[in-house]
Amino acid sequence: MQDLSLHILDIVENATEAGATLIEIYISEDKNKDLLQITIKDNGRGMDAAMVKGVKDPFMTTRTTRRVGMGIPLLEQAAKETGGNLQIISEAGKGTEVVATFQESHIDRKPVGDMGATLATLIMGNPDLDFRYYSNLEGEEIEVDTQYIRGELNDSISINDPAVINLIKDLFKKNTKS
Amino acid sequence: MAKLKIEDLKRIKESMKGTVNLRQGEYRVKITVHMGTCGIAAGARTIMSTLLGKIENSGANDIILTSSGCAGLCNHEPMITLEVKESAPVKYIKLDPEKAGRIFDEHALEGNPVADYALSVGSETTY
Ligand SMILES: Nc1ncnc2c1ncn2[C@@H]1O[C@H](COP(=O)(O)OP(=O)(O)OP(=O)(O)O)[C@@H](O)[C@H]1O
Ligand SMILES: [Mg+2]
Repeated sequence: MQDLSLHILDIVENATEAGATLIEIYISEDKNKDLLQITIKDNGRGMDAAMVKGVKDPFMTTRTTRRVGMGIPLLEQAAKETGGNLQIISEAGKGTEVVATFQESHIDRKPVGDMGATLATLIMGNPDLDFRYYSNLEGEEIEVDTQYIRGELNDSISINDPAVINLIKDLFKKNTKS
Repeated sequence: MAKLKIEDLKRIKESMKGTVNLRQGEYRVKITVHMGTCGIAAGARTIMSTLLGKIENSGANDIILTSSGCAGLCNHEPMITLEVKESAPVKYIKLDPEKAGRIFDEHALEGNPVADYALSVGSETTY
């Protein structure tokens, strides 16, 4: 994966496959501690303790199309390459929280990338799910809340209408320093 | 804090007045982009953006674009499945924006599958 926004897209796909109806994505940095942290939280089916333990192992997958799962191991690798780590907190029947921590200034830390494109893809592909996004990077805060957007649209347009998706893309284009 | 403005949402609501609200299920063409780890690493998100742009530019309101998990054919990614209602779905493999654009023009808009990029015709449904 080229950048963190692609890893995030991939980790959120796990949550959609786990039957989540609400998925939260938070990205924040702590300049004093030189940390960048990504949290992805869902209310899907969760995992039991044995599964959480095994999930960082690429040979652990519940998919039937292939015998290895790569999504989580790849994100863990990206975090570890910067001296950071990956934490998975999950409970069967409740949901899952994946927290990746990076040393922000590390030479191998991948750029955040295009979160606008990731959110656009997620909302486009999963119009029935709710997403809550908040990031605070380089002093710029961005928030996207599909429950709020849906409420404002009031059923007159679907949330996956290209006009709405483009508003979301534009929000990121205007408010991201590159 | 940057977030979507109520005025912007109102504005697009206004601009949509009188047009048909496309609901899930009432479509002529459904395009599914496969979003497993391999697909994403191979460029599936760019394919999604390309197709979104094509839908917008064509003004088509009977084509839906969605995503699904891995199709289990990692070395063929990025992949899409295109389904014209009442016809067998077609899987397209090893895509790039140019190929995806051509598939959109020829298959989604004109109804002619693009054999050059297709994996197989028939046998599978999308989900
Ligand atoms: N949010 C989640 N909720 C419930 N189960 C999860 C979640 N994330 C991962 N899992 C479980 O962990 C397994 C491994 O996930 P991982 O992303 O590493 O690989 P995968 O999704 O199986 O395959 P790939 O990502 O390579 O397409 C999944 O198959 C799933 O069973
Ligand atoms: Mg995965």
